[in-house]
Amino acid sequence: MTNEPLLLTSANGSALELRPTGSWTVGNAAVLEQLSASIAPQLARAQSITVNMSGVRELDTLGAWLIERISRHFADGGQHARLVGAADDYIDLIEELRQVNRRHDPAATKRMSIADRLERLGRAALAAVLDLSAFLQMLGAVCLATFGVLRHPRSFRLTSLVYQIYRVGWQALPIVILITFLIGAIIAQQGFFHFRKFGAEAYVVDMVGILVLRELGVLIVAIMVAGRSGSAYTAELGSMKMREEIDALSTMGLDPVDILILPRVVALIVALPILAFIGAVAALYGGGFVAWFYGGMSPVTFIARLHEAISVTHFEVGMIKAPFMALVIGIVACSEGLRVKGSAESLGKQTTTSVVKSIFLVIVLDGLFAVFFASIGM
Amino acid sequence: MQEQELPVAIHVEDLVVGFGRRIVIDHLSLDVRRGEILGLVGASGGGKSVLMRTVIGLIARRSGKIDVMGSDIGATPGCRTNQAAQKWGVLFQQGALFSSLTALQNVAFPLRENATMSDELMTEIANAKLEMVGLTSEDGAKFPSELSGGMTKRVALARALALDPAIVFLDEPTSGLDPIAAGDFDTLIKTLQKTLGLTVFMVTHDLASLNTVCDRVAALADGKIVAIGPMSELLRSEHPWVKAYFHGKRSMMLQPKVM
Ligand SMILES: Nc1ncnc2c1ncn2[C@@H]1O[C@H](COP(=O)(O)OP(=O)(O)O)[C@@H](O)[C@H]1O
Ligand SMILES: [Mg+2]
Repeated sequence: MTNEPLLLTSANGSALELRPTGSWTVGNAAVLEQLSASIAPQLARAQSITVNMSGVRELDTLGAWLIERISRHFADGGQHARLVGAADDYIDLIEELRQVNRRHDPAATKRMSIADRLERLGRAALAAVLDLSAFLQMLGAVCLATFGVLRHPRSFRLTSLVYQIYRVGWQALPIVILITFLIGAIIAQQGFFHFRKFGAEAYVVDMVGILVLRELGVLIVAIMVAGRSGSAYTAELGSMKMREEIDALSTMGLDPVDILILPRVVALIVALPILAFIGAVAALYGGGFVAWFYGGMSPVTFIARLHEAISVTHFEVGMIKAPFMALVIGIVACSEGLRVKGSAESLGKQTTTSVVKSIFLVIVLDGLFAVFFASIGM
Repeated sequence: MQEQELPVAIHVEDLVVGFGRRIVIDHLSLDVRRGEILGLVGASGGGKSVLMRTVIGLIARRSGKIDVMGSDIGATPGCRTNQAAQKWGVLFQQGALFSSLTALQNVAFPLRENATMSDELMTEIANAKLEMVGLTSEDGAKFPSELSGGMTKRVALARALALDPAIVFLDEPTSGLDPIAAGDFDTLIKTLQKTLGLTVFMVTHDLASLNTVCDRVAALADGKIVAIGPMSELLRSEHPWVKAYFHGKRSMMLQPKVM
């Protein structure tokens, strides 16, 4: 069986006969494309061509298209191309391909003009404003839903809330404890290492206590929750959006904000302060361990120093921030989830955006709180 | 290439497939001849898609033998589909288009992965396939989320046919198409079968397609093939489910044309 495709040509005066032979199928695509390109000069010289198909053993869409393309290029020049000897089986396919690719779409490659660049800049600026408005809209919708629930407490989805708290709170505990413990230990270790040089080891306890309770405990936990639970919220809501599940809810007269979003946001607001509290304690434990084994400070001394160093105010400052951070994470995660379009790619993009944005906002919020507490003297 | 001479494209013997304790395909045997269009009918939830997915190696079987064009499917996991993939194209029930590619890119994808050709030719071939299934080049620039159900089906068909495979598996290809489009689709399948010697394994409830394009029809009930043969034979079948299927109220509307 000779399957190697060939394109034989024989010129008779200004008439050119083309005889394709062998397998004109997609498996030989590279060879076929070369063959059909190689006869271009001969085609340019010929007045009329005849394509004799009798030697073709196998033909598929690709082969038929290449042959059609040759005769079409030729016919575009006003000359005549004739097809002979095609087996009955192939005629239909060739006829079918006669009809296609007739319309040239100008979609090819467009160069970017200055106007296009300006347009892009404008769109980017607009997108930033839309981002803000999406956030505010979601915040508004959640507030509205909260008022609704306050008026009719029965309508609140308690089961859903409990389940979400279980997911974002209880299931997150091990990792939160582990990470904050390590952070506490690292801070203490660094403290001992550097403070030792000027004999200020005792102040390591102050540093660990204040830093963990005021700032780091809640901040680290919030960042972890944004990465762990915020991304999950966005992905869940996004894939529900993609599969029209959210539309289905709306058509049943139910508000997706009531059913899906409020329980999730409330769950975060409940869970994050608890996690932050547990995280802060774990970090103090971590600091204490290092103080004991690395700094040579007995637990009793550590606890006594801690008593003197920190006050309830430090603890309050940390805990007050937690629910606000939870609210920001929840709102960002849910609003990004609802902005998912149809494709899997957009789901991934929105999930990334959600995490990046909520971590950014959590840190900004932390900064604002720092200014606020400083000015009221806490 | 002696496998070219085999008269049977798909050979399924004594196949058992189940999920947990539930047996969906129960000792089923079926032969699909080379070059024929076989229509598979069966109740919704009766296991048609499961049968198709098992044949192409996506679902593990409990026991039995599956042979597609001389290669044993599912016997050695891992290497199973690779060589076979070039031999078949699949149209999934939900389309299964890649959502991050445009319609045209979806069709060009198998070409890009399995053949060597210039981008220009690839685009032309992909566009040709789209036009052959009745779409325009404007539709080619759309993303799957912007397509209607029927258009999704057509793009999926164009993608299944991209490499002109020897066998195509179609899972309810005409459901969701208007009767005219469904008719065009049938004609297209028939043309391709004639020109390319295509073997078609088609799950369908479309009585018109069963009548006009299918060389043989197989009926799946209780996990087995209870009747198989040309449409005229199935119409005469005595099996209660087959009788109910073809002589029900809806089917009767189409009968006078046929008989
Ligand atoms: N992945 C799966 N896990 C469990 N059960 C399944 C799975 N896929 C299909 N089934 C069951 O197998 C049966 C046949 O399904 P299917 O083949 O999709 O039906 P149809 O004939 O309508 O295409 C159904 O009862 C379905 O619930
Ligand atoms: Mg199905």
